[in-house]
Amino acid sequence: MSGPSTYEPKTGIERWLDTRLPIIRFSADLLDFPTPKNLNYWWTFGGILAFCLVTQIVTGIVLAMHFDPSGAGAFLSVQHIQRDVNYGWLIQGIHANGASMFFLAVYIHMFRGIYYGSFKPPREVLWLIGALIYLTMMATAFMGYVLPWGQMSFWGAKVITNIFGALPVVGPSITTLLWGGFTVDAPTLNRFFSLHYLLPFVIAALVALHIWALHVPGNSNPTGVNVKDKSDTVPFHPYYTVKDGFAISVFLLLFASFVFYMPEALGHVDNYTPANPIVTPPHIVPEWYFLPYYAILRAVPNKLIGVFAMLGAIGCVFALPWLDRSHVRSMRYRPQARMYFAIFCVAVLILGFAGAKEVDDPVINGFAGFTFIDSNINSWVWVSRICGAYFFAYFLGILPFLLPLTEKTLPVPETISTPVLSHPAAAPAGAAAAPEMKG
Amino acid sequence: MAESVAGASADHSPDPSRRDFIYIATAAAAVGGVAAVVWPLVDQMNPSADTLALASIEYDVTKVALGQQVTLLWRKQPLFVRHRTPKEIAEAENPIDATSGQPIPISALRDPQADSDRVKAGKSEWLIVVGVCTHLGCTPNFGEGPYGGYLCHCHGSIYDTSGRIRAGPAPKNLAVPDYSFLTDSQIKVG
Repeated sequence: MSGPSTYEPKTGIERWLDTRLPIIRFSADLLDFPTPKNLNYWWTFGGILAFCLVTQIVTGIVLAMHFDPSGAGAFLSVQHIQRDVNYGWLIQGIHANGASMFFLAVYIHMFRGIYYGSFKPPREVLWLIGALIYLTMMATAFMGYVLPWGQMSFWGAKVITNIFGALPVVGPSITTLLWGGFTVDAPTLNRFFSLHYLLPFVIAALVALHIWALHVPGNSNPTGVNVKDKSDTVPFHPYYTVKDGFAISVFLLLFASFVFYMPEALGHVDNYTPANPIVTPPHIVPEWYFLPYYAILRAVPNKLIGVFAMLGAIGCVFALPWLDRSHVRSMRYRPQARMYFAIFCVAVLILGFAGAKEVDDPVINGFAGFTFIDSNINSWVWVSRICGAYFFAYFLGILPFLLPLTEKTLPVPETISTPVLSHPAAAPAGAAAAPEMKG
Repeated sequence: MAESVAGASADHSPDPSRRDFIYIATAAAAVGGVAAVVWPLVDQMNPSADTLALASIEYDVTKVALGQQVTLLWRKQPLFVRHRTPKEIAEAENPIDATSGQPIPISALRDPQADSDRVKAGKSEWLIVVGVCTHLGCTPNFGEGPYGGYLCHCHGSIYDTSGRIRAGPAPKNLAVPDYSFLTDSQIKVG
């Protein structure tokens, strides 16, 4: 893809195949892909995400063999999988917790991209495809969460589908189309199962495009400096296959500790009550990975504006390449941007925390506060409003307008190798400059 | 034969009106064909005939004691049948602001509607509304909130004893379904 192919067919059959379907050449070039030699562990999350997708597809296909996507049977069939199917408890546990692990990895991957400016020219399309993958992941995860057909499944489905009902003119038709009835019901469950099976393969196709778009300009790197010549890179295999493999192993420790020691920690007890269309659980919350958006939705005391704010928050992710226009890619050399980024990370974490709380819960116990714009000043609604305001200020104010005016960036190194070679603790220069030559 | 070939080649001279017509007609036929194929694939997701067939129910409202409410399942959604007390009816007819305690005109409500438009004439003790919060579809709790009507726990929408939205994020009043009194006590909903 980038640079001439180094593959040379050795046997007769390889030469024969190479002129007909050069698939071995394609794979060999992928493995040999010149990759910046300074990628840190934040760059291993791409590999971790590929691992997560494969895990979800494999366990999901197996679960579909035992799941009954009917209104009457769905809840019981999930219990059947957890209790009766051989190793069903394990496979279901991997699939349910795997969704959370997938989102954990994708969020780290995205924040890495924001910090190191991986979305900047010429990688805007790469970023857009990634954002599209994230959007598809959200749809897939939401529909998957509906399938066990417990109380939280049912009411989560109801709230999320009603969000689309807020859209002017087309809203009601869209919700009816999603429901297949007057409200969320058995037909909804059935179609969500169909789409939940379909979308992972759409994600897989988008991942292929994502990797293609990655291999045209090549990886970015922690310095944000372009690769100048061959001495800046190492072949993907064995250097990054091993590094990614090690990272996946460490990630699996976390994954396995959830699956084996706290399989329900990220779920909700309400989902062990079968769906009941008359009674709403006292406290409904989405899965943790949607909580920041949920907090933004609840922060606005107007349905339509709340929905637009939530969709706008996702829209900001898509628009990022055109919001952060600094010519310095990596925030390593942007101390001021780094500070705003740190506050942004904290704001998103607090939004997630606020999204899990009841609307009227006081933040500080014993402080009465007063009501301002429909909500008490001492409530999680106001915490969400402040953090949500920072979220939008970061994307729509600080990145495009404030930083270009006020920012003083640090000098950027000449090449990827420069900071490594000039580092006081650097090993003998040759070792760092050309690790691929060390056998 | 030679003449007809010569004639045919003369036809190849630019004739924009006929060419354009053929292009547009072809494109239109293609778009129409695709639309005709796509529509069944989309429309299959709309409610099916048997779902639509279960659309109406009957109920004897005298089963509901004064000051209480029964929740029915209508079109797979909760339907509130509420037997209102005289005090609740008075509060519904002459709304009062909960914070100031002052009466407020109907026109000042978020979704202005008189109580008389939400119940049947002479049957104002029976409030019949769809129990689906107009914000995001949760079921509001009976008798809670500052107006003694309904409070939705999901996002804090507050309704009065007429099922009208008074505070919180919901934009509309609780929906009043199409219903009629078949007899003095029997209603038919839908």
